[in-house]
Amino acid sequence: MAPFSIYSFLGLGVPIIAVIYYAFQSEQGKPTLSNIALVTHGSYLLGFENSIVLALITSIVPGILGLILAYAIATSRSATLKRLVATASGVLANFGGINLTFMFIATLGSTGILTAWLSAIHLNPWNFGFNLYSFYGVALVYLYFQVPLMVLVITPALGGLRPSWREAAENMGASSWGYWRYVGVPVLMPSVLGGMLLLFGSGFAAYATAETLTAGTVTLAPIQIGSLLAGNQLAGQENVGYAVGLGMFVVLAVTMILYGLVRRRASKWLR
Amino acid sequence: MTELVDATRTTGAAPAGARVSLEGLVRTYGTTRALDGFSLAIEPGEFVALLGPSGCGKTTALRVLAGFERLDSGRVTVDGRDVSKISAQHRDMGMVFQSYSLFPNMNALNNVAFGLRMRRQHATQRRQKAGELLELVGLSDQASKYPHQMSGGQQQRIALARALAIEPRVLLLDEPLSALDAKVRAELRDQIRQLQQRLAITTVFVTHDQEEALSMADRVCVMSAGRAEQTATPAALYSRPTTSFVAEFVGVSSRVPVEPVDGSVVLFGERCRIRASDTGLPNGPLDALLRPEDVAITLDETAKPFVTHKSFLGATTRVIAQVDGVAVRVDVRSDVAADIELGARVRVSVVSRDVLVAERSVTNPVSPQ
Repeated sequence: MAPFSIYSFLGLGVPIIAVIYYAFQSEQGKPTLSNIALVTHGSYLLGFENSIVLALITSIVPGILGLILAYAIATSRSATLKRLVATASGVLANFGGINLTFMFIATLGSTGILTAWLSAIHLNPWNFGFNLYSFYGVALVYLYFQVPLMVLVITPALGGLRPSWREAAENMGASSWGYWRYVGVPVLMPSVLGGMLLLFGSGFAAYATAETLTAGTVTLAPIQIGSLLAGNQLAGQENVGYAVGLGMFVVLAVTMILYGLVRRRASKWLR
Repeated sequence: MTELVDATRTTGAAPAGARVSLEGLVRTYGTTRALDGFSLAIEPGEFVALLGPSGCGKTTALRVLAGFERLDSGRVTVDGRDVSKISAQHRDMGMVFQSYSLFPNMNALNNVAFGLRMRRQHATQRRQKAGELLELVGLSDQASKYPHQMSGGQQQRIALARALAIEPRVLLLDEPLSALDAKVRAELRDQIRQLQQRLAITTVFVTHDQEEALSMADRVCVMSAGRAEQTATPAALYSRPTTSFVAEFVGVSSRVPVEPVDGSVVLFGERCRIRASDTGLPNGPLDALLRPEDVAITLDETAKPFVTHKSFLGATTRVIAQVDGVAVRVDVRSDVAADIELGARVRVSVVSRDVLVAERSVTNPVSPQ
């Protein structure tokens, strides 16, 4: 317990304390609320809004897709397929950043290989309004690691659905719809919501993929922090960056509290 | 145990049990024949236990009856109506599962009311009826509790109330007591039997525990390799087993090699009649199958048999005597057994008038059962 507490304090506690400390400090080192006031208006507020919308899209869509995929795998009779998907999900859920961006650019970029193939059959997506380097392009790339992450998170909950519940419901006269409506969905709902909240946190905080894909043209809070702390565009505003970081911390803290609450309910049912 | 309330009051009109017939059931999984022509006829209101070792097909038979397993051949009829092709959803049979299988997101009341909800009964009616059934199983004070807040015994009683709520004409019990501790098991065993008799529901009970089967059922069907070995009342099954499998599976038997002589055998120097068997007299060398109470021992220093084990069972003590290299189990009154030391020489005799014989077995394990 003690080593974990020390690790948590050094890895989480110290950075959070530092972020809070600098967020309320001016460039001259004096206490101030101006950084907080600044990041709750204008482009910084837009950054938060975009990040939250991106996180919502990349939690709900992959959440549903991941749930469907995990259910298909959980009900499959092939143990090999189950092992394969579990392993692949573990790898792909952690495959983000520059490598992933390059992979998408090489595939679906304006001169990507898939784009070229689709052009050959007159289905070039770029001609239909698609833009990989836009807000929705970022959302598409996030699907790549968010769907496997959902599979990883929701698979144990699906495994906790006992076949005998379904048989008991059927025995009581329930149709498949009746079972899912009154038993399956309510039992799974806390886990699904918990998984989606986790995806929300993951999508909200992701930085490298969005930064390398859009080169900062899409206003997102993590990218703004990167610019402010690097000082290559807005020198001398590092403490504003800390204030944006504090805002992100608050959003993620709320997400984590909600996640903890729904997980607690799910684990109680599936005990 | 909470006193049971009048079933006719709690469940409305008392449901009449149905006549159930399982005819030539065959169910295979790959190369394994889980059911191999299994047949059984159950009278209305009768409590029949399916008893057998693991893999004998008893659970498969119950699941076929419930509609959870398809049949390769054979048919299931309820009151003469073929239900083989009817889904479990529409069979109107109540089932209690081994693992309780209560819905974790519903409290006890809603679990019991679930079947009524599926039958579109009005909320007030189903709450009232579920409440009455909780009272019937002695758990009306647990109505708002969720499954994880209840003990295993309470959960299984809720599961029983849930199965009864739909007023089934056939009640199916799939090893409902096996996950419970001994004290709760004994209590629930009595409660299930009392309820079944009071409601007169045709009941099929699957168990591998012979004590449960013999103490609860009107008739017991002993199964082996997907077939019925013998179906009889508990007393008949114990005292008049018709096959060696039944004799050895139900109760305790000792195998003693014997030689047939004109329809009888010589056993411990005495001549005994051979009991009639469904399978007829086997060819070749024979073993007599002896219940512990079929044999008596008396201390005799001149005799060759000697005592190798003693197990205190309460009023009686099970003594194992070694007779010409064969272990023979004998039940002796405990006050008498107190005077019998390990290694003591004893005279062994048969007290029953006839004995069941079977083809000779290679082994005669000496275990203190």
